[in-house]
Amino acid sequence: MSLAGFGGVLVFARRGIVEQHRWMTAEEFNETFALCHFLPGPNIVNLTVVFGSRFRGMAGGIAAFTGLLGPPTVIMVILGMLYRHFGEVESLRRILAGVSCGAVGLLISVIFRMTMPLVKKRDLVGLTVLAAVFVAIGIARLPLAWVLLVAIPVSIAITVLVRRRAAP
Amino acid sequence: MNPESNPILTLAWTFGLMSLFAVGGANSAIPEMHRIAVDAHHWLSDKQFADVFAISQLSPGPNVLIVTLIGYTVGGIGGALVATLAMCVPTAALAYFVSGFLKRSSHARWPSIVQAALVPLSIGLMAASGLILALTSDRTWGAALVTAVAAVLASLTRLNPLWLLLAGGILGFAGVI
Repeated sequence: MSLAGFGGVLVFARRGIVEQHRWMTAEEFNETFALCHFLPGPNIVNLTVVFGSRFRGMAGGIAAFTGLLGPPTVIMVILGMLYRHFGEVESLRRILAGVSCGAVGLLISVIFRMTMPLVKKRDLVGLTVLAAVFVAIGIARLPLAWVLLVAIPVSIAITVLVRRRAAP
Repeated sequence: MNPESNPILTLAWTFGLMSLFAVGGANSAIPEMHRIAVDAHHWLSDKQFADVFAISQLSPGPNVLIVTLIGYTVGGIGGALVATLAMCVPTAALAYFVSGFLKRSSHARWPSIVQAALVPLSIGLMAASGLILALTSDRTWGAALVTAVAAVLASLTRLNPLWLLLAGGILGFAGVI
């Protein structure tokens, strides 16, 4: 499964776990995914470990972790070696430059798709938090840890306040 | 031992710490990786960083494995393994324990509040990633145009992303960029 996921494993993970093997119901999968999304770190890695551990405890978690990361890591190391040897070859340079332009475009579209729900809801608080984090990290280039230590408590406090006001 | 003198230790420490701060996944951590790998330690040049990002998007597996490539550039195979494990093990362990904890008790309300609070934050981080990567890869008008077209196509159609990456590679090879 780890090798099938060009540009992200999640779609394949869902298909395999829910549809083919029926290891989890769709609700269980969504619940687990929501949990892993709010924890830090790569979502799919978290998801895999939680999934594995639901079956066989810690051993299951470790097995799932190794299965997910082992094969692609080996491929990455091989690609890293190739890059070290051929990274300066002119035609490869140009291809990689083109690929990274495309990849940045994909990233921008993901950001666009994720921002639209906030715009539609006219979630001014959310959009302000978004803009503040963007400026702090993207333009001022402040260290991530400091920005988050300020932004996470502030954002949670505002969310709690807004919800209280919405549902008195 | 002074961690500055041993890049492998620095790798383990920086990525281990980063892993716990990577709210919203690997793409949100890109600015921090860039700040550490390019600006602070000069492990990679701007151009190499863009290349490494391209390779990690092109190859199979979780996108977080960009750290494997950064680790390899710094310290060979050992560096690659250390960086990968440092980035993935701490959060995996956290997920394991939190999931066990939540299963036993029903704190259903808090995860939803925390999640709602973190969504705009992680989009902000990803937007910062987009800006930094655009500044490193889009050095010419042709390159910026390819990025813009890919962004529009990916937003408006359900095209498989791999095709856009390949198209970018072909245009690059043809010398458009």
